[in-house]
Amino acid sequence: MGAIVEFEHVTFRYPEESRDILCDICLSIEKGSFTAVLGHNGSGKSTLAKHMNGILLPTQGKVFVAGLCTADEDRILEIRHTVGMVFQNPDNQIVANVVEEDVAFAPENLGVPSEEIRQRVDDALRLVDMYEYRRHAPHLLSGGQKQRVAIAGVLAMQPELIVLDEPTAMLDPKGRAEVISTVQRLCRENGMTVVLITHHMDECIDADRLIVMSNGRIAADGSPAEVFSHVKEMEDEGLDVPETVRIVRDLNDCGFVLPTDLLHTEECADAIAAAVLQRRAAWQS
Amino acid sequence: MLKDITLGQYFPGDTVVHRLDPRTKLILVVLYIIALFNAKGWGAYLLVLAVTVICMAVSRIHPRNIFKGLKPMLFIIALTALLNIFYTQGTPIREGWIITWEGIERAVKMMLRITLLIVGTFLLTYTTSPMALTDGLELLLKPLNRLKVPVHEMTLMMSMALRFIPTLIEETDKIMSAQKARGADFETGNLIERAKALLPILVPLFVSAFRRADELAVAMESRCYHGGEGRTRMKQLRFCTRDFIALILGAVFTAAVFVMKHFGL
Repeated sequence: MGAIVEFEHVTFRYPEESRDILCDICLSIEKGSFTAVLGHNGSGKSTLAKHMNGILLPTQGKVFVAGLCTADEDRILEIRHTVGMVFQNPDNQIVANVVEEDVAFAPENLGVPSEEIRQRVDDALRLVDMYEYRRHAPHLLSGGQKQRVAIAGVLAMQPELIVLDEPTAMLDPKGRAEVISTVQRLCRENGMTVVLITHHMDECIDADRLIVMSNGRIAADGSPAEVFSHVKEMEDEGLDVPETVRIVRDLNDCGFVLPTDLLHTEECADAIAAAVLQRRAAWQS
Repeated sequence: MLKDITLGQYFPGDTVVHRLDPRTKLILVVLYIIALFNAKGWGAYLLVLAVTVICMAVSRIHPRNIFKGLKPMLFIIALTALLNIFYTQGTPIREGWIITWEGIERAVKMMLRITLLIVGTFLLTYTTSPMALTDGLELLLKPLNRLKVPVHEMTLMMSMALRFIPTLIEETDKIMSAQKARGADFETGNLIERAKALLPILVPLFVSAFRRADELAVAMESRCYHGGEGRTRMKQLRFCTRDFIALILGAVFTAAVFVMKHFGL
């Protein structure tokens, strides 16, 4: 599988500022993968996302999307067609008064024939489970529903990669769960390539790859289990680790020997239960 | 409280009037207005009134809704009527009075004209969704593109403004609550004081509207928006038989009013 997005020594700063937002980033995103990018505010994770479809252009270095350089203005439509982007505030990315009209916006821009737009819109709305709401007014939907409409709007474009820039930051826990499960389904069942930018640890645990950003640099890069096993380093970066990782670490500090790659609550509970039983058996004998 | 405001008050339905192509309806409203302003005699007024009532009945719009829409205009209607009563020369209804028979006739006609004008245009907005309306407008005005009038941009702006009205109203509500919580007072004081009290609402509202506009522009570009060129439509408007029939009826109606005007009816 080839790389869909490639960063080559990308450095970025806003013209009027002296600080580099991104410093010398080298990165490639594989087709079909689910990558999570984690970092606290100001770590450069959103800036990184905005480089992936040419909204921002690197000050130094180059970004390639499906082999096209994002600095190439003549190919920018192709690039944006390849990389769909979902933003933080659902209200500010919905353009139309009716859900299905909004989902049709991107294919209409691309000049897709009417019948095919209809098909794509219906498919996209079904994928995010919003088909029954197709004739609703967006402002009457909940935050999670609006964000799923926004995802459908990008899916209708049929991109090869979807970048979600903190899609859950403005949602309540229920909306967050809706959006994250939709993203996971897209990735696992439909083989979409997904880049999820977030600052919630628990949204990353199902990713294939986790990139931790800090001060414009990549601080860690690997599978979530690998990255989270470096609890100490993560905490030095000012980042939380998932609850499960912390519990396992605390128990291990007390003399338990538990594996450190347990991220899911269920797994972790099972492992702790097994360890406790084992210990009791050891005492009794 | 602000949420009650409805703009582009569309009542969904499935009548012939609802199903007409928005372009047909726009043309019909223009014809209707031309006819209305060329009605001189009582005969013509009666004809326009009858047609309006028939259209209302066919579109199943409840008269209560029409009346609700008319309410804010009552003052203007009454004022025009009063002015016409008092400022028309002619035979006084009684010796020495300034009120004339001609004045009363003109006042009644004036009231009818304004009311019918409002009701006629209401029928358009009540039976056509804002989206369909802007679509129809874009297609009707398309020939102006040749004169370098940015028709697509204008109609996109219109539909987007409609889309953001509820969002901005919600935001205004939030800001007002926030300012009230900090002791702002919007209800007392004279007009100038109250206008001044609105400033702390308007400033944050504008700031956030600009931020929204910025984010929206980026989101639109990310979805490959590049102007009206090469754009297609999911829902294509098509003229059907009923549209042709409606247009012919509309033309006959307008012609009838002109004929009546010619014969002084």
